[in-house]
Amino acid sequence: MQIQLRNPNTIMKLSRLGSFHQSKLSFLRSFLDEFKDWEYKNDLFDLDEHGYGTAVYSFKKKERIYSLICFANKINDEERSDRVIATKWDAAFTLHDGSPSKLDIERLKNEVPKQEVGRLSYKELTLSRANKSVRVFNHVVESLSKGVQPDLNLLEEVGYLYRTTAVYGSGKFGLADRFRIENREEINGPFRLEMMLVYLVRQFTFDQVNHVAKFKNPKSAVKLDLKICKNLGIGNSTGLGMAPFIVNHPTLLNNWILSREVALKKIREIKKASLKEIRIFKNCLKNSLKNITSWNTESEYQKNKINSLLKDIKIFLEFIEIEFDFGIDYPFNEIYLWVEKKTCDECIEYIVSMMLEPFDNITKPLVSQMSSDEEKYFTIPTNRTIEDLRKIVETKYNNILKIDFKKKENFKNFWFISKNKEEPRYANRFDEEGSDLEQPLAIARDIKKLHEKLLETKKNLTIDKFLLKNNDLRHVVRRAFIIEKFPYSEIQDNTISEKVIPIDMLRLKLSFFGALKFDPKSDKWLRICMFQGAPLPNDLQNFDQQWIYNS
Amino acid sequence: MKSLSEIDTIAKRSSKAMGFSWGVAEEIGKSIRLLELFGLPGIKTLNQYYILKAKEKFENLDLINEKNSSIKYPYCPIILGINFLDQIRNVEKFQKITFNKICFPLLILPFLSKSSEIIGKKIKIKFDNFEFLLNFNINISSNFLELKLPKIVENIEINIIENKDNFLEKDWNNLYKLSEETFVDENDSLKKSAAGAGLTDND
Repeated sequence: MQIQLRNPNTIMKLSRLGSFHQSKLSFLRSFLDEFKDWEYKNDLFDLDEHGYGTAVYSFKKKERIYSLICFANKINDEERSDRVIATKWDAAFTLHDGSPSKLDIERLKNEVPKQEVGRLSYKELTLSRANKSVRVFNHVVESLSKGVQPDLNLLEEVGYLYRTTAVYGSGKFGLADRFRIENREEINGPFRLEMMLVYLVRQFTFDQVNHVAKFKNPKSAVKLDLKICKNLGIGNSTGLGMAPFIVNHPTLLNNWILSREVALKKIREIKKASLKEIRIFKNCLKNSLKNITSWNTESEYQKNKINSLLKDIKIFLEFIEIEFDFGIDYPFNEIYLWVEKKTCDECIEYIVSMMLEPFDNITKPLVSQMSSDEEKYFTIPTNRTIEDLRKIVETKYNNILKIDFKKKENFKNFWFISKNKEEPRYANRFDEEGSDLEQPLAIARDIKKLHEKLLETKKNLTIDKFLLKNNDLRHVVRRAFIIEKFPYSEIQDNTISEKVIPIDMLRLKLSFFGALKFDPKSDKWLRICMFQGAPLPNDLQNFDQQWIYNS
Repeated sequence: MKSLSEIDTIAKRSSKAMGFSWGVAEEIGKSIRLLELFGLPGIKTLNQYYILKAKEKFENLDLINEKNSSIKYPYCPIILGINFLDQIRNVEKFQKITFNKICFPLLILPFLSKSSEIIGKKIKIKFDNFEFLLNFNINISSNFLELKLPKIVENIEINIIENKDNFLEKDWNNLYKLSEETFVDENDSLKKSAAGAGLTDND
């Protein structure tokens, strides 16, 4: 049986993208899989009694070494902020290519804590900073120093000791450009080194908390139980900075979504499911309920989504336990069709993630296809005709073309770069100044403009001639030719409408990272947790592939 | 040291600020990145051009012909470069294209380089005593070494080079002869058995 890939016009709607969940294709999971047989080491741990100082952790295989360098500094409580306007953090980190020399560490000690205003070199691959969850960190120190383990309820409520507030890579602030490392075998998936940084930071947080507790009371202190460590992750606060990324990298976005869609299609095409596959699917589903019930948020928007998800998952569980016969042909296709008909977006995408779990043979080969050589598709095929372009626009953006951009609510907002922090922002164009400096992220509006222009242009004119008079539309002409080849490269929604919820864009990206427990703090920023339940570095050699549900 | 990613971003944003559309600014970002990757002074030249552009006028050349003469002012290298790239499949037919006056000709090179990749032919550009050979967007070779390029150059010639060997047949034959010394002379037995096929071909 031949199953069609899902329609981009449905899947690429923001409300659907904002319902995506982590899966086997998520970058933090594929990172662990890739680095499971690397040698892990703590090379340096030079912290004072308060936990301030320098530490180095590394992964090594043959001649290749990646080292995380951590700088933990004292900051005052009033200086601690997760917002991008912060200038000091509890700890700052960089992933160094190779083993850092003393000179490297000295150089980085001056630069890394400064983050965006510091300068890194081509020897550094990623950069990040993190703040303590002071409430949790202090509680853990207190408990351990008294010889007891911390309150698990508190730990479960928060889920981490530290949260990162940004993770940078790919040439930012002088970091190595991607071209320097892209041919390395181990970097065959997106954001792999960013994932490594976050993973090693998690270990640092455990070592630091143990160290501080030990100094506080050397006689009675105990170490944080390894099982508790395993159930803690790293938090992350994410704002709008992440949103334009998915618009600015269309082929990359396509490859992420396409991999997921191809996996789903192949799974739906499986005629008979084995007992093992059925068992893994059911177990993951049941065990994952804990991740939903422990998903805490104060956001009404997210609470409603979680409630709908939980309600639908329970109905679905009943369905597969009582009604459904896994012995029928194409069982996963039947499951998918049922879910699509009976459940909400959040649940559909949740079940899709679950369906990927038993099928390593399908998902693993797709991981290496999730990167993109974006330059390759940058040049506009100017020998094509207006007729070609019109056909593409009308086929690939048919929902977008229905939007009436004469209505104020459809172009109410604009995206801009803040002069103060050089970060993307979003504002109401009728209330705020600055819309004349709008970033080219209103793709739907500009595609519609392009279409109007195409309608009044001769069909057989070539694109080079069209661009002579219409270079203001060049950016969307390029995108249209990209979507022709990459069907999932474009958000099929209006990113400047009154109704847009920017965190849907963040959620999409974070789900591919492998984040859990999306906790929106407004429509523009949210907190998440990564690596919660993940194996610790010393246990990487032989770990449970479904750890994310079994913690 | 600035990364190529930073170079791309700054070139793009500054170009938008200079009045180019976002789509053109994207092209400029990539082109300056390419110049810097090839070790050519992209950022410096773009900066010099934008300083001059704020004070002086330049002409935009839309349709590229075999012979192109600006009316009053030198051609803007960016619009010329982008249109050259966009129109390369037509321009290719001319083989030799001339321009009377262009400013900051270095800024055209990335567009010629990409054009070379699109048509699968090398492109050569000559002005004053400088020559640049654009090789399929893989590299740029030139006699320009730390020499200062003039801001405005006259009598520019671009040649589309047909695909042909750039060595003599006798050089090739000499090397071929040497390479034959790595071959084994087959005797009858080897002729029958070493190829792995042939004895039962007509079964």
